[in-house]
Amino acid sequence: MTTADRFRWLLRGVGQLLITAGVVVLLFCVYELKVTNLYTEQQQRTLDTQLTREWAEPPAPPTARAPARKPGQVQLAAFDDGAGIARIYLPTLGRDQVHVVVEGVSREDLKKGPGHYPGTADPGAVGNMVVSGHRTTYGAPFNRLDELHPGDAIVLESRAFFYTYRVTGTTVVSPDALGETDPVPNHPGEVATQRLLTLTTCNPKYSARTRLVVRALLETPLAKGTGVLPPALLGR
Amino acid sequence: MYSWIWRHLPGPLAVRLGQLLVLLAAAVALLFLVVFPRVEPLLPYSDVTVKQQPTASTPTP
Repeated sequence: MTTADRFRWLLRGVGQLLITAGVVVLLFCVYELKVTNLYTEQQQRTLDTQLTREWAEPPAPPTARAPARKPGQVQLAAFDDGAGIARIYLPTLGRDQVHVVVEGVSREDLKKGPGHYPGTADPGAVGNMVVSGHRTTYGAPFNRLDELHPGDAIVLESRAFFYTYRVTGTTVVSPDALGETDPVPNHPGEVATQRLLTLTTCNPKYSARTRLVVRALLETPLAKGTGVLPPALLGR
Repeated sequence: MYSWIWRHLPGPLAVRLGQLLVLLAAAVALLFLVVFPRVEPLLPYSDVTVKQQPTASTPTP
């Protein structure tokens, strides 16, 4: 083999490696943006069926202990980690915008759907219910959270009630803005009197430099019954 | 690299093509089922919650 041959052989090897690396990166994008959605869709279907079945029966005593309350949080129910606890509707973003909220915000919990911070208020309760969800991967439930405006409805469906919340404002905060999860946001230890809902997701899209926070205030609880739907969900 | 693999596959053209497809499927499966799920947590865009950040500047609770 001449020096020129050797050089050509080496160059070809490097070229092939680079092309392979490019294909692997592309495949990773496909995995993140498509394959993770398939996982979440399947999990959401299972959770939705479970929730429907669970709500059709009388409430079972919880198997898990109620989590530690945040100071200022009045009362809490106990949910199993990773179990579906409610449905969340974002009717202004489209009729298909409904997700099952799971208990917990660990990596595994959030792969299943939007997660409820343990220790924050339950759906419709006094205090601040905090729910986090993926922006771009795993079903991207909170992909279009930035399109919510003050006055827009967010509906939570629990066992017995539809809770219609109205968006009061949107802020972009730093990832360590833990005060957003306080029962009275950013007033740690204060006793809550309002019924708030806080949604968080990463911001900007495909990044995690900041967090997008949407806050909403409970407008009306509506007892569930046959044919009963909150006005915000009518015409769906 | 690829020409080396191609040279070392046994059998006639059709059989070699079949083997190539199997190898390709195995490589993609390895990436999707093992490599990507492990790489994913290292990337930041799945951080959607607000929490105490593990940096020196934040006081521990």
